[in-house]
Parts: sequence; structure tokens; C-alpha cells
Amino acid sequence: MAWQRKILRVDLTAGTCTSEALNMDWAMAYLGQRGLATKYFVEEVAPSVEPLSPANKLIFATGPLTGTMASTGGRYSVITKGPLTGAIACSNSGGYWGAELKMAGWDMIILEGRAASPVYLHIENDTATLHDASALWGKTTWDVEPALRKIHQDSQLKISSIGRAGENGVLYAAVINDLHRAAGRSGVGAVMGSKNLKAIAVRGTKGVAGIKDPKAFMKATQAAKAVLAGNGVTGEGLPKFGTQVLMNVINEVGAMPTRNFRDVQFEGAKDISAEAMHAPRETDGKANLVTNQACFGCTIACGRISKLDQTHYTVVNKPEYWAASGGLEYEAAWALGSANGVNDLEALTYANFVCNEDGFDPISFGATVGAVMELYQMGVLTKEQLGIEAPFGSAKALTYFAECTAKGEGFGPEIGLGSKRLTAKYGHPDLSMTVKGQEFPAYDPRGIQGMGLAYATSNRGACHLRGYTVASEILGIPVKTDPLETDGKAGLVKAFQDATAVFDSAGICVFTSFAWTLVDVAPQLEAACEGDWSLDNLNVVGERIWNMERQFNNAAGFTNKDDNLPKRLLTEAAKTGPAKGLVAGLDKMLPEYYAERGWDTEGRPTATTLERLSL
Amino acid sequence: MRHLIIGNGPAGVVAAETLRAACPLDDIRLLGAEPEPPYSRMAIPYLLEGQIGESGTYLRKAPGHFEAQRIALQHGRATAIDTAARSVTLDDGSHLPYDRLLIACGSIPASPPIPGIHLPGVMTCWTMEDARRIAAAVKPGARVIQMGAGFIGCIIMEAIVARGASLTVVEMGERMVPRMMPPGASAMLRARTEARGVRVLTSTRITGIAATATGLRATTGSGETLDAEVIISATGVRPDIAWLAGSGIETAIGILVDHRLATNIDGVYAAGDCVESEEFGTGHRIVNAVQPDAVDQARIAAMNMAGRPAHLSGALQMNVLDTFGLVSVSFGQWQGVAGGARVEVDDPGAQRYLRLEFDGDLLVGASSVGHTEGVGVMRALIQSRIHLGPWKDRLLTDPTQLAAAYVARTQAA
Amino acid sequence: MMKSLHIEAAKCTGCLQCEMACSFENYGVFNPAKSRIKVFDFHETGLKVPYTCTQCAEAWCLKACPVDAITKDKSTGAMMVNEATCVGCKVCTIACPFGTINYVADTGKVQKCDLCEGSPACADACPTGAITYIDADSTGIDRMRTWAAKLENQTAGHAD
Ligand SMILES: Cc1cc2nc3c(=O)[nH]c(=O)nc-3n(C[C@H](O)[C@H](O)[C@H](O)COP(=O)(O)OP(=O)(O)OC[C@H]3O[C@@H](n4cnc5c(N)ncnc54)[C@H](O)[C@@H]3O)c2cc1C
Ligand code: SF4
Ligand code: SF4
Ligand code: SF4
Repeated sequence: MAWQRKILRVDLTAGTCTSEALNMDWAMAYLGQRGLATKYFVEEVAPSVEPLSPANKLIFATGPLTGTMASTGGRYSVITKGPLTGAIACSNSGGYWGAELKMAGWDMIILEGRAASPVYLHIENDTATLHDASALWGKTTWDVEPALRKIHQDSQLKISSIGRAGENGVLYAAVINDLHRAAGRSGVGAVMGSKNLKAIAVRGTKGVAGIKDPKAFMKATQAAKAVLAGNGVTGEGLPKFGTQVLMNVINEVGAMPTRNFRDVQFEGAKDISAEAMHAPRETDGKANLVTNQACFGCTIACGRISKLDQTHYTVVNKPEYWAASGGLEYEAAWALGSANGVNDLEALTYANFVCNEDGFDPISFGATVGAVMELYQMGVLTKEQLGIEAPFGSAKALTYFAECTAKGEGFGPEIGLGSKRLTAKYGHPDLSMTVKGQEFPAYDPRGIQGMGLAYATSNRGACHLRGYTVASEILGIPVKTDPLETDGKAGLVKAFQDATAVFDSAGICVFTSFAWTLVDVAPQLEAACEGDWSLDNLNVVGERIWNMERQFNNAAGFTNKDDNLPKRLLTEAAKTGPAKGLVAGLDKMLPEYYAERGWDTEGRPTATTLERLSL
Repeated sequence: MRHLIIGNGPAGVVAAETLRAACPLDDIRLLGAEPEPPYSRMAIPYLLEGQIGESGTYLRKAPGHFEAQRIALQHGRATAIDTAARSVTLDDGSHLPYDRLLIACGSIPASPPIPGIHLPGVMTCWTMEDARRIAAAVKPGARVIQMGAGFIGCIIMEAIVARGASLTVVEMGERMVPRMMPPGASAMLRARTEARGVRVLTSTRITGIAATATGLRATTGSGETLDAEVIISATGVRPDIAWLAGSGIETAIGILVDHRLATNIDGVYAAGDCVESEEFGTGHRIVNAVQPDAVDQARIAAMNMAGRPAHLSGALQMNVLDTFGLVSVSFGQWQGVAGGARVEVDDPGAQRYLRLEFDGDLLVGASSVGHTEGVGVMRALIQSRIHLGPWKDRLLTDPTQLAAAYVARTQAA
Repeated sequence: MMKSLHIEAAKCTGCLQCEMACSFENYGVFNPAKSRIKVFDFHETGLKVPYTCTQCAEAWCLKACPVDAITKDKSTGAMMVNEATCVGCKVCTIACPFGTINYVADTGKVQKCDLCEGSPACADACPTGAITYIDADSTGIDRMRTWAAKLENQTAGHAD
């Protein structure tokens, strides 16, 4: 049994920790992690709940493959109602924390209520206790981790925590574990902060036993690892270049949103690309990239570890930033770079360090800065208000804003609202490049049409990780489709969304899907877990999870009107590149998508669909 | 070449085996005063707990091991050494000649000058014979008083409790294991001991023991009386060297040796509990009566006896103790040194303690409770004098990174 | 020719497949806490170092054991803990200066790398070739031995 069959319920208001049996009927229908935790969430929390109120809950959940030898089996997700979007939020992270929670004997933690004063949760196997965190409040995640290891005298303690951004209610605050792995999106860190919960420190020495058929499992995981090793993307591209392998590719196909989506190609892309990270710097002769790194159990190892140039203006007097730390992933490089027209690799790396250190999402942050820069160019925001001149391309403005947002100083709190609220406040809501209030990631829907539909319909707001049709439209995985074409994208998006829901619920990393399909995942699950995890059933499970999330959002007040894209993408054509002259063809794809999903024209699952999915 | 080894405890056995490997052709003779095959004193607690039988304490278990190694075992007690004639006299009056001699005769329990200490029912816990007596006397329900809560005392407590006795421990010092653990750590051991139903009296001295109709009555310095069937005296040990008087071999508390484990007399070496040697790091002379040091010394002594120069950089204090499941260790200058930095984390709730002592950027001492992973590196960091460089400050912030510091400074260079 | 584990830290990504493989091989569970090989993660430099017993020539653990519970396997050269004989006294854990023999509270005994009887599970599982099992001559264990020798400034060769 690859589940630990046990969940930890923490009532922060009452200060109690209790253990409950995992609902195995639900596990059979929703698998684990994202699916299963969302099931608990929708059963327990009213869709109308105010995200930052004590009535909202926050769930940390692992999957059945978390903490096993399945490649990438180290994932966990954080599920809540997101403060940025008001929709269901589910943010996924790697590193070592998720596996540690599983090793301690827990499948998930449900946190409810709000502590009267700052606390942290310490879990050592079966024992979970809340401790006073007043001495940790105001500290960064980088300070919290060693401090907790020292307090508990445990070198192996794994920690998930919020930085000052989460404390200060930055609406896209992240939960950071293992110094630079993040449950990054949708503001799950702000919810944690609203609960006065600073950190969850876990130590597990019980391990994961009870794999259903250990022999078959070892065989299945070995075969699946061979697939990853033999694949060009997961076997070579990602380990060598990380997700940054995409920077030049996406720029060339004209889908690189630039300067708040005014442009679709960035002239500075090569300066902030994977290749640039590998190249020796002029100043010190060293490359920005130090090495690649794996998360728990991962045989891909796409993680970037970078060291800053010690002479760079950002850190010349700050030796505390000279050590190696989590470097740029593609999405962060884009959001901090292209989205603002900034091509200073060291500045982006520094801003990324700050995002990790104080726990906020570089995508939403960078994209919000893009909107701020546009407002500055338009004269709506001034140097006096911002504290700095902030034209597109200003690295100084970017890094200054990162520091302000981290500390909650100056204009930081406004940037912390995210672009939707910020642009509305200053009278230009159309400049917010968001769906359901969440900022876009790094693919322009004018150049990759399927992504427009994926963003518009994503259950957690604009997101690339809910249906990554880039794989098909650009990389040809599993089949090549034309990125400029809208035909057939509805089915493609649905298929990606449903499959991804399974990856996210199993305990494995969605990046495996560059090489794996559910055909590779099914045998691993079948060998590990009781239940029916055949390919056919997995497709149903994925679709079920998607529709469950959709129903929650509908009940929370979202309608088909929210399955939309910003005006700019629908009316301002791409100026250059292969997509020149195109806008996002959402109007063509959306009705098809609803039909494909078995939803009515208002975007609500029909009774037949619900019945088919046993919802 | 004839090698004679007096004493067949761990030091004697390891020396004999080291000699055999180094000098395949030499004569090696191992003399032991006790009737048992070479055995290990420190396995006695496990014998008393019933985890092993007597043969479980034997230092070597393979049948015919010593014959196969061509190590001659001889029963007998050495009573005198004629270093000029290179001859040892035994208790049966016979003589054994040698070319190289190793004295590895260990220690004997101290016998505190207390009225009644020789009454039947008062026993030490040192030899196999002692173990048999304790096993016969300590039955379920028996009341036992243990005098001394030093290292050895603390080790035997659990076995006494495991035999179903009700135990009172009386210690003169102000805390348990005063010469091994700092106060914070010692308090945890006491809490754990008391939680197992053992009564612990510190800063208390037994001043007299008398026989009663049912057993024994001990009186403490404050006049309190304690009744018991058995009193175990664990008030310390001292090198067993009285018999060396007049041999010309230099002794103080123990047999004095240099870094090669050589005594002042040519061809005579000593190792194990019976020696007094320079302490690592301080230069003070100490008797370091612990098993790992005994065998290290034996190995170095044997190398020198074999004509292969080798030396120890000094005796390092190192102890590991399991107090009813609570594991504690201490190494080197765990009390700290003048002018050195210290980091100490004390978590009585979780029963975890960690303390590191530095001199400049060297680790010179360490103690911990509740830690079992990688504790061995404490020894290496101290004894190999590994400069910690930037890791010293890191350890002051997060002392749990000790093993990482060791690996970083040695393997990851 | 005896083989030994050869570790090339620069290749290690920190995936911990080796730790899981070791615990699975020896205890049938995925549990890095029970692994005999540990990957140290030096986040300041990005270096990760898999680390385990080198079956060192001094074999402090073996010599310190009071009850003969550790013996040298003739075919692999590994120091083997005989659990049935081990009384759990932990003296070996303070004697080994590498910290690579450790007490396991669950069993009341100690554990250390036993080279998996000549087919090391960790090396098998390592996806990057950071751990291999090759002829002892070509491995880097000399570096560990150098540090071992510093413990006692021994000027002569080993007796065994
Ligand atoms: C109950 C108990 C628990 C212990 N627990 C630990 C522990 O956990 N950890 C630890 O490090 N240490 C422990 N020790 C101490 C450890 O046992 C000694 O440090 C170790 O035995 C020393 O070895 P040795 O060979 O120097 O001396 P011994 O083991 O004392 O051996 C000396 C031998 O020489 C013989 N002998 C003495 N005089 C003569 C003579 N004149 N002629 C011939 N033979 C002679 C003796 O009979 C004896 O067999 C414990 C000791 C006891 C009693
Ligand atoms: S455990 Fe330590 S002393 Fe024993 S062989 Fe391994 S490295 Fe050497
Ligand atoms: S713990 Fe076991 S193997 Fe280690 S020294 Fe003690 S008895 Fe020997
Ligand atoms: S060789 Fe075997 S026992 Fe040794 S570390 Fe590797 S897997 Fe573990």
C-alpha cells in the first residue's frame, strides 16, 4: 500500500494536532496529492470562503509514489482557495520535503483555523506539535531552515516555510522548502501567513513500506527511468540546460511575451538563456551556472544551481548572496527578464534568489513588474511613487522592486497585490496580463494558440502547468501540432489537462511528461497501489479531478466569462515572428472545448458528464 | 623473538593478533589470570540482562581461533618481573622468559574505605566471577543499592533493573557521570533513569554498611538509612599495578608510557586500562580506561614490539553510554578550553543535547545526548586536528552540520 | 582483485536513489534514514557527496568490538556486522572516525555498509555513475585513508 493511510489534522485555532485514517474510498477515486487533497478540500470548505480568513483550509499533500524509487517521486502539493484568484489553488513542489513527510508516516496535513500568534509545526514521525514561532517571524526562509535544525538538533530536518512575503500578505507569496524549491503559484504562502503558520519542519524515519508488488514495482520504475534517460529532453536537454532550454526556442517561434506582452520576441533572450548561464562571465571568468541538481528521487535533475558574480551591483556588498543557490528556471528567467525587457542575467538571478529567500512567485512578481513598467512608461506611475525610475529594461528597477516586495517596503506592498489589483487601482485594468487574476507564464498565446485556451480554462488561473500543450505544439511531444492553428486544440488541451491531473496526483513531477505518457505511469502505480490504475481508469481519474476543481470554481462564482484572455491578446496582433498578424483565437476554441468536456455553453459540467465521472 | 603478553582482555588479544599479522614467525604467548577464555568485561551488562550467555562475552568466537593464529594461551597470574633477566614469575612459581613484554593487565575496582564494605552481599561488577555472584543475588524484587553513578555505574544500572530489582543509586558527585557529561546532558540521563523507577541520590555518600537480619543496611552521610539485599560497589577502578612494585617499571597511578606505549624499561610495553599516558590535546597524564582506547593502544604497542615504529598522538577521552535507551557520547575536552568558543543546544523536552567546544578553528571536545548518526566524526575532527575554516562559524549557527563539516573538510576539498 | 565503491562526487545530483536502494535492499523499505550511504548536500557550493564506509584497513570498528560481532568478509573485504552477536554497545560507533557505522534503535544493533555481498544496490541505482563498484586500485578511497592515517601518525604500514 503506497499510501501511509494517515492524515494529520492541525487546528491552529485550538492548537491541536490529531491523526485520522485516510479515506481510502476517496483515494481509489482521486489517487493522491492534488486530486485527493482537493477532494478533501471541496468536501470541507465552502466555495465562498474568504481565502485569507480562518475558515479557509490549507492542505499539504503527497502522492502514492512520493517517497518511493519511482523517478521524481518526491513531490507534494499545497491546496487551498487562492487569494490571488479566488479559485481553487494547487501548487506543486519538489525538493526533499514531500518525501520526508511521507517517510514520517503521513499522506497529508490539513491545516485549519488561525493561530493567535505565530507558530510552527514540528513533525517527528507520529508526533506532531505546534511551537511558538515569534522568534522566527520576520525572518527569511533561508534563516528559518538552519534555525529550526539547530533548535531541534536535527541535521536531517526538512522545512517548508514562508518568508516575509507570506507574512506580509503578498498575494502571490510562495511556500519554500529546501531553500529554493517552491510551491510557488497562486499565493498559497499568503494563506499560510494568514494562519500565522511560519513553517512546517518534518523528520521521517519510518520510510515507505508496503508497496503492493515490490518486484514488479522495481521493474516498472526501472523501465520508466530508462525511458527518461533515453529521451532527448529528459535525458539530455533538461539536465544540461534545465527548463531554460526553452528560452531560445520559444523566442524563435515568436511566443516569447515581452514587455508586458507588447511584443512576442525579446531581443535580449540570448543574454538570459541557458547558453548564457553556461558561458564564462567577462568579470570573473566563471559561469553563472554551477551545477544541476535533482529533487528527491529524480533521475532527470533539471534544477539549476547558480552563483552570482560577486562584483555585480546587486551583491557587491552582500557576501550573504555569494553562495550557490537555486538559479533561473525558464519561467522565472522569462518573468523577471523578457516580461520586463531586462537582459541582465545576474540581476535576474539575484531577483530569483530574493524570491526564494522571502518566498514569492517570480512569475507573478515579474509579470506584475511588467505592468508597473508599462504604467511608468505611460506616465501613470512616477518615480516619486515608485522610488526609482522604472522604464522597460531597467535591471535596477527590477531588483529594487524585488527587495521592496520581499521586505514589504516602499512600493513593494502594491506590487504584492499582483497586476490585476494594481492595474485596476491605477485605472488601467486592461494592462493586467492575467486570467482569473493570476499572471501568465512564459508562452504567448498568439504564437502558441493552444496555450491561450489552456490559460483561459485553467482552474487555478493562467498557468502553464495545467495543460502544457507547448510540448505538442513546439516540441512535438507526443505528436507535433501547428502552434499557429486553433483547430484540434480543444481536444489537445483537454487531454493534457486530464493527464497532468494524474501526474500531479501521483507524487511525480510533470516534467516527466516530456518523456512519459500515462502509459509509462500506469504500470508504476499498478505495482505500487491497490486499486484500478489501468490506463483507461487513469484517464477517467484525471478528468474527474479536473471537473471537481471546475465545480468548486463555478460554485465560488466563476462563469464562462472568466474563461477569458486579456484584451491585448485578443485584439493586438503579434508584431514579429512566425505569428506576426495573429491574435489569440480563443473564441474559436472555447466552445469546442466545452463540447469536448461535456459542459454546457456556460461552462458547467452537464448532468451526464458528472454521472459519467461519478461526481 | 618471544612476545609475552600479560593480560588477556581486549588489549592483550588485539596486541597478540596484531603481532601475529606483523611477525608471522615469532612466538606469541598470552597470559591470563582468570579461568575463562579471553572475554570482554564490557559485555557483562548484556550477560546480566540475559541478552547473551557467558560465551557471548568471549572476545573471539570462532573455535580454534587462537590455535589457528598460533597464539599460545596460558592460564596464570604474573606476580613479578625481572626486567634484567627478561623473565616473568607466575603465581605457581614458574618463570616465563620474553624478548618483548606487553603488560595489559587492566584495572581493578577501587574499594572505598567504608565500614562493612567487605560484608557478603556487597559486590563489585568487574569480572566474570562478579557477574555470576550478581546474577545469583539480584533476583526479581531484590532491593539493590548501587554506589557510584560514574560511567561504569551507569552502564550496569539498566542490567540491574532488567533483572527485576528495585534500585537506588548513590553518587558522591553532584550529578551522574560527572567526568563524562556536562550538567545539562547529565540532567537528561537522570530524568530518564528516574522515569524508569530508579531512585537517584547525588551529592550523597555511603558512610557505613551493616548486616541486618534480612540483608544489609547502608547509612548515608546525612544519616538516612537504606535497606537492601545487595549493594554493588561501582566507585571507580584503578590500574592493577601493585604487583609491579620493585620491578623498576615506572608507575604513578598507572604504568607510565610514551607515545609508542613503551615503558621506561627497554623491551617492556604497556597498553589498555593499566596505563597512564599523555592525554590528547592537553598533555596531562590520564588513565583512560575505555575499550576503544585500550585496543588502539594495544595495536600501536604491538606494532612497536614488532619493530614497526608507530605512535599514538595521545589518549583521547571517548565514551558512549546508553541509559535506558537514551544514548549519550562525549569526546576530548568536552568541558571546553579557556578562550575557546562553544555552542550548546539543550532540549530537555525532546531529550536531545549537543555541545561543541572549539579552540580557534579546531574542534577540541564534543558531547551529545540523543544523537547516534555519524557521531564517530567527532573523534576524527578532534584527533586529526582538522581546521574547520569557514565551517566553524557555520557550526556555531547550526551544530547539527558536524558530519557535513567533516566530509566537507576532508572529502570534498 | 578486491573491488570497492568508487565515488565521483561531481557527478552526484542528490537524487537519493542510492539511499532508497540501500534501505530497500537491506530492510525492504524506502527509507533514507536507514541507508548506509548518505549523500551530503553542500548547498553553499552545490556539491553533493555520497559517503559511506570504505572498508578501511584499520577497521577501527572491528577491533573495538568487545564481542567479535564484526568480521571481515574474505571475498568482498567488507567488515560485516553479525547482528546475532552484536550486543548493541555502540563502542564501534565512536571508534570509527568516519561516522560510517551507526546504531539503529529499532534493532538495537549497529549497521554499516556490507557491500551487498558484492553487488552493491546503491551503485546499481545511481543514474549518473557517481557511484560505481570497481577494482579497489582505481578508487579514490586513498583520500579517506590519508585522513585515517592522521589519527595516529602511524609511520609504518598496516599490520594486515
Ligand atoms: C561492567 C563493565 C562495563 C563496561 N562498559 C564499557 C563500555 O561500555 N565502554 C567502554 O569503553 N568500556 C567499558 N568498560 C571498560 C572496558 O571493559 C575496559 O576498558 C577494557 O576491558 C580494558 O581492556 P584491557 O584489556 O586493558 O583490560 P581488562 O579487560 O581488564 O583485561 C585485563 C586482563 O588481564 C588479566 N590480568 C590482570 N592482572 C594479571 C596478571 N597479573 N597476570 C595475568 N593476567 C592478569 C585480567 O584477569 C584480565 O583478564 C566496562 C567495564 C565493565 C567492567
Ligand atoms: S565502519 Fe569505519 S572503521 Fe569500520 S571499516 Fe568502515 S570506515 Fe573503517
Ligand atoms: S555495537 Fe555491536 S558491533 Fe558495535 S562494538 Fe558493540 S557489539 Fe560490536
Ligand atoms: S554497498 Fe550495499 S550496503 Fe553498502 S551503501 Fe551500497 S547499498 Fe548500502
